[in-house]
Parts: sequence; structure tokens; C-alpha cells
Amino acid sequence: MSRSFIFSGHVGRWCSSFLLIVFLFAVPISSQAEEIVVYSSRIEQLIKPLFDAFTKETGITVKFTTDKEGALLTRLLAEGKRTPADVLITTDAGNLWEAARNGLLKPVTSPVLQANIPENLQDPQGQWFGLTVRARTIVYNTRKVKPEELSTYADLADPKWKHRLCLRTSKKVYNQSLVAMMIAELGETETERIVKGWVDNLATDPVADDTLALEFVAAGRCDVTLVNTYYYGRLMRENPTLPLAIFWPNQATTGVHINVSGAGVIQYSKHGAAAVRLLEFLSSEQAQKLFVELNMEYPANPKVEYGELLNSWGSFKGDPRSIVQAGELQADAVRLMDRAGYR
Amino acid sequence: MKNDFSSVNPAAISDIQQHSSYEAGYGIRRAWRVFPFLVAGVVLVPVCVVFASFLSPDDEIWQHLISTTLPSLLTNTLWLSLGVIVGTSLLGVSLAWFTSVYRFPGYRFFSWALFLPLAIPAYVIAFVALGTFDYTGPVQTSLRHWFNSDLLWFPDIRSGPGVAIVMTLAFYPYVYLLSRDAFLTQGKRLLEVAQSLGFTRQQGFFRVVLPMARPWIVAGIMLALMETLADFGTVSIFNYDTFTTAIYKTWFGMFSLSTASQLASLLILIVLVIIMTEQRFRLRMRFSESRKSARVERIPLTGWQAMAVTGFAGTVLFFAFALPIIQLGIWAMDALTIGLDQRYLEFAWHSILLSVLAALITCLVAAMLAYAARLHSDGYTRFAIRLTTVGYALPGAVLAVGIFIPMAWLDNLLSDWIENISGVETGLLIQGTLTVMLVAYMTRFLAVSYFPLESALQRVTRSIDEAAAGFGVTGWSMLRMIYFPMLKSSLFTAATLVFVDVMKEMPITLMTRPFDWDTLAVRIFSLTSEGQWDQAALPALTLILTGLIPIILLIRHSET
Repeated sequence: MSRSFIFSGHVGRWCSSFLLIVFLFAVPISSQAEEIVVYSSRIEQLIKPLFDAFTKETGITVKFTTDKEGALLTRLLAEGKRTPADVLITTDAGNLWEAARNGLLKPVTSPVLQANIPENLQDPQGQWFGLTVRARTIVYNTRKVKPEELSTYADLADPKWKHRLCLRTSKKVYNQSLVAMMIAELGETETERIVKGWVDNLATDPVADDTLALEFVAAGRCDVTLVNTYYYGRLMRENPTLPLAIFWPNQATTGVHINVSGAGVIQYSKHGAAAVRLLEFLSSEQAQKLFVELNMEYPANPKVEYGELLNSWGSFKGDPRSIVQAGELQADAVRLMDRAGYR
Repeated sequence: MKNDFSSVNPAAISDIQQHSSYEAGYGIRRAWRVFPFLVAGVVLVPVCVVFASFLSPDDEIWQHLISTTLPSLLTNTLWLSLGVIVGTSLLGVSLAWFTSVYRFPGYRFFSWALFLPLAIPAYVIAFVALGTFDYTGPVQTSLRHWFNSDLLWFPDIRSGPGVAIVMTLAFYPYVYLLSRDAFLTQGKRLLEVAQSLGFTRQQGFFRVVLPMARPWIVAGIMLALMETLADFGTVSIFNYDTFTTAIYKTWFGMFSLSTASQLASLLILIVLVIIMTEQRFRLRMRFSESRKSARVERIPLTGWQAMAVTGFAGTVLFFAFALPIIQLGIWAMDALTIGLDQRYLEFAWHSILLSVLAALITCLVAAMLAYAARLHSDGYTRFAIRLTTVGYALPGAVLAVGIFIPMAWLDNLLSDWIENISGVETGLLIQGTLTVMLVAYMTRFLAVSYFPLESALQRVTRSIDEAAAGFGVTGWSMLRMIYFPMLKSSLFTAATLVFVDVMKEMPITLMTRPFDWDTLAVRIFSLTSEGQWDQAALPALTLILTGLIPIILLIRHSET
């Protein structure tokens, strides 16, 4: 089939003008320096400074786009082997697990990552690595609750907390992961009993975000809630006089529930080495400190200092179990919460 | 060639010309016949992708949904829809009637100011309402101080009625805009006719004016209803469970995009049933009012009636527009130090560019559809055209996926083809281009531009068509000389609606935008997804102010 045949006649003319339009609108792809593409559900403000630091250190530029996890995963699946993406970054382990399950991520063997990231915060096959730790803990109103009254997540189902509990909606993945890890520990029946207990103890309908839950506790609408620590940090930075304090639950048992914001290298990445380099950089001391500064999240790399602020919240024992289970049991957790009437 | 012709006798040439022009006319008519099906074909691709999910059913999730959340979701959605239908029609129709027929203090101001809330995204009204009226908001906090009590009697805004009110405030402008169009052109005169027939003013309104304005009113309500069904932002801010939240939950929480799509296809079916029913009713009517009425005298209102109308319009405007703007302004002042940089110009520019292009393309296609529907009013064509508008009722993210999947498939196919013939590796070519975004927007917002145009076209009577044809004006020249002047104002309305809707749109923009091509809505998404409502105030305010530009143009256009 000769070229002249394709580009002659009616069909050919249509095809060529179509191609022309496509090329006119197409974003130029070629560039001199090495460049990698990141799909991130971590929002721009909390990731761009790290990319800038990475570019400064390595000369590799980072192009990125942000969206919700579900959309990013669908996008990667649809684009298939020609996807421009090299790295996927999410704000929870469940979606990384789902990406790996769909064959979107490539196993990575990197001594640097192995050394920097604890085993329980990474995929056993090396398909993804946690980069920051997000601790989901109890926050209480210091005027109404004594820390001695608090103990575990399960204890919040006790009738003594009737009309005293505020919760964020079960649609948020942080709560889905928490319940998934409870299922892994206690089994479905017991977990469902606990979640039902939480629902019975609610002072008001579940709220849309952690900040609102904290504000409700501070204003006295309820006495305790479950939130990620950085939301507490942000709110207290704006308003240090709020009567709120952190309590670390489950210290005698599983430890505080932790989730990760993490990353993996895309299966079809054409810049595999540079992509791994980005992951390694993000696990390095320099980047981990930036993570802490940017969003008050805990560093995943145990060699990195927490810094003054995070230390002021006290030390805690985090859940040492593999976070992979949060992904495996997430769908079950959602169903369980549906059954328990947790909206 | 020329020489050949000169030797043929003139009569034969004219014969040939006539014949060929007839042929061409026939061809064009045929083209109009096919056009709606072509557009429907394109627009239906994402809908088909959504329906294709039934190929991989997951009984277990369905059983779970039916036995747990589905019943309450359905009733929630039903009540919310009813609430929004009643709310938007009450507000929209009454305000449109008052501002187009009566004279009351501030009527000039209100007749344009009541358009303004169109520029405010529903999710923005939602987070402002929540920030203001929730337990920790300023209203309840100060009330608690004054009464020194827990204030547990205060109605919870995070409830069904709360969501319905917020959505009514956000969506009433659709009904207002369209019914005002109807009232301005026919209201006052119809009322006079009715009164001359012995009806009171009230009877005249309910028995003559309102029924005659029905296509417009219904079109407005349909838009509001479809927005409600597709909405995710507002309901998730209120944590109010609807069909849409279930779609997202099965997708994001249970990782089952197929079940999510199946749920979404039910939504499409519901909308189709509503559309078809409405059309069946409308078929029995023929509307033929064409002239824009000459400047008619307004009926003056006095005393408590005047006060009541002014008060009513003022209240709506306050809650739907002033309050959100003020609250955003206060938050934006706080956040000014961190947020504002020259990138905002870039965001705004991207938003405007996309909105303008999308408005042009969508309105062009909608106008052609409306014209095609007129040329060929058979059932198949009407049905095809109806199908092109259902995309509006799909939750944005589901539609975005429905567009992205086939687009990526096509893209891969194209690259395969190029690689086969040239051996050069190309990567994906179409994706990440504005073309994709614009096709996606068209798919989503065709309804918004089609409904106003369709109602307006009903105003062009058959006798005008016939008269034009009698003068030999057909096809494109008919479109240019007859329709365009008569439809100009509706085209403008349609374009404004699409413009503003594209400005506010999030999921499609997020999924299909090129790299480094953020818009104001994307900015709002990224701030609100971390619950930083106050920091989102700055982009929200910029978005609203930008969206006001075409609305103000529209107002000036309709005033002159």
C-alpha cells in the first residue's frame, strides 16, 4: 500500500485533514532533558515542591496531572501500553493495591527503597511504596473528656459514648482502610458489632470531612472523633486555643491505624530508571522532611526526625501489620459499613 | 469546458441548473435527515460504554446494595428531585413573571440581578451554606451565645430539605432564564387577551399565560432536574446519600466501575422516561407566537404587594448570590497572602478559552439539531435528538470515563496504524489535546444549549416557513435569513448557559485536560479535596466573576 494511495482521494483528504487537526491540537511531546510523567491524586500544593526539589537535584523534569484515584486508574487502564505516565502517586494504600491488582504497576527492586521504607509500608512484590504515614487517631474535647476514659477504637462503640461521637463519612477511604484493618484483626462479626456501636453513639450524622468533625468536637456538638493527625495540626495552627487534644488508641494492642500516601512505577513506563529515581528521592531524608513540613504527615522513612511539631503530639506505636490488607479488605469494609448503617 | 458550454443553448443550461439545484436541495435535505443520527451516534458513545457494563454483571454487589442502601438512596433521590422541581419552578416562574410584567421597587435591578446566581457553582453555594448555617457556623454560634443553650431545635442544614434548598438556589436561574424569555415575548399580551375574554388577572395567568409558556418552563425544570441527578459535589459536601453517591461509592470504595456504570445507566433510563413522557404531552400542543411584543406597559404594584414582591426577590438574591459572594470574599481576604499569584491569570484564561470554544461548538451543533428536527419531525429523528441530551444527567465522572475509554481506544488504534505504515513510535496523539475536551463538553452540555433553542424554534410558525419557501428561500439561506434573526436571543442564552456550565465543570476537565493546563475549577477541586474551603474561596471568587462576564453581556443583549 503506497503512501500516495492513502493520501489521495476523498477518504485520504479527510484522513489527512483529521490528522492535521489532531497534530495542531497535540501538545508537543519531544524535549531535550529527560522528563517523567506523574499521575497523582496527591494535590498539587502537597507534591509540586517535592518535584521541584527532585528536578533541582537530578535535572530530570516532572510533568504531572492530578485527579481522583478512581479516574486515574481508569485512565491508566484505558491508555494501556502507550500511557505517557511513569509514576502513580496516591493518598492511600487501597488504591495502590487496586492499581497493582490490575497490573498497572511494575515491581521495583531498589536497595535504596528497601532501606528507606519499612517492610509493612510496601507491597511485598515491590510494586508500590508508602512515602508518608498518615495516622488516624482519636481527638477529644479537653473540657469534656479525660484521656483516661479513652482506650481503643473499639471502645468508642461502648454505650458510655452515646451521643458523644462524631465521624467522618464512610465514603472516605481513610475510614474504609481503618475498618478493613479492624476486620483483619477482629473478624467481620466483631467489627460489624463495633461499627454498629459507633453509629449508635453518633451525636450527629456523619460529616463530609475531618476538619468539620474536629470543629464539631471543639464547639461541643460531640466529644470525640477519629481523624488523620495532619487535619488536627492544620486546624490548631490556625486556631491554637481550641480545646482539642490527640489520644493515641490501641497502644496495648495493634497500635494506631496508619495508612500511607505512596507511589509505584507504571508497568509500561518508558523511563523506568528515572521513575525509580523519583521514588528513591521521595524516600530520602531531604524529601521526607519536606513532606513533614508541607502537610505535617509522618515520614515513612524511620531515620527521619519528626520535628518539633509532630513530637509535641507525643510518640505512639503505629500498627506494624502490612498495609496491603487495607486494600484487600477495603470492599468488604465498605459493605460492612453499609450493613451497619454507617453513612 | 467553458467553450463546450457556450455552444449549448441557454434553455438547456437553465434546465440543467434547475435540475441540479433540485438534486442539491434533495441532497441537503437528506443530509439534515442523517445529521441528528450522526450527532446522536457520537454523543451516545459514552452512554453505550456505560451500558456495556452490563456485560460484566456482579450479582453479589447488587444484592448487597438492594439489601442495604439502595432503597433509602432511591427515596432520598426521589424526594430531592421533587424538592428541586417544586423549588426551582416556584422561584423561577414567579420571579420571571414578576420581573417581566409588573412594576415594583427595584424591578429593573432584579430583572437582571436574578440571573447572576447562574455563575455560582452549586458546590460553592453548598459549602458557603454549610459554613454559615451549620453547628459551628456564625449563625448558630451567635444564637447559642444569645440564648445560652445547646440550640438543638435549630434545623440541621445537613438534611434532605437543606440540600433541596441549596440546589434550588443554585438551579432556579435555569427556570427563571427560560420562562422569562417566554413571558417577555408573549406574557403581557396574552394576559390582556385573557382579560378581554373576561378572565381575572389571576385566572388569565394560570389558564392562559402559564400553559402557553410551558415548553420554556419545562425545559428549565428539565435542566435543573438533570443537574440534580448528576450532582456529586453538593450532596457529598452535605454527606447526603443519593443515587450518585452510591455510584461513586461502588466505584471508588468497592473498586467496581462496572456496577457503578450499571447504576449510572439506570439514571439514564429514568431520565429517558421523563423526557419521553414530557414530549408525549407536548406533542398535542402547537405553539405559535412569533413577534417579540412591542414595549408593553408594566402593571404597577403598590402597597404591600409591591413590598412583598421586592422582599421576595431580594431574599432570593441575597441567599443565592450576595451571601455566597460575601462569605467567599471574607475567606479570600484571609487566604490572599498564600494563594494569589500570576498563575490565576493563566487559570482564568484556560477557563475562558475552553468555555468559549465549547459554547460555540455546542450551540452550533444544537442549532443544527433543532433545525433538523424541524425538517424531519418523524419519531425516529425526534428520538435520536432526545438521546443526544441524556448525557447531561450522567454524573460527570462517569461520563468522563465513558468518553475517555473509547477515545483512548481510538487513539491506540490510530497509533497502531501509523506505526504499521511508518514504523515510527508515536505514543498517544489525540489524548491530552483540546479536541478531546471539547468533544467531551459537547457530549455533556448539548442539552443545555438544545432545550432553549428547541423552545424558541417552536415560536417560528409553519406559515413563516411556508412563506419563506414561497419566496424561494430554503436551506442555508432560510437558516441565515429567517431562523438566525429569530433565534438570536435564544442562541445567546444557550451559549451563555454552556459557557457558565463549562466554567464550573470539574470531572471531565480533570480527566481530559492537557498537562500543565489547569483551570479555575481544577484549582477549586484541588483545594476542596483537602477540605480547605476557605482557601478555595479565591479561585471560586475568580471563577464566579469570570462567569459573570457573559451573563452581563446576555443581560445587556436582552435589555436592548
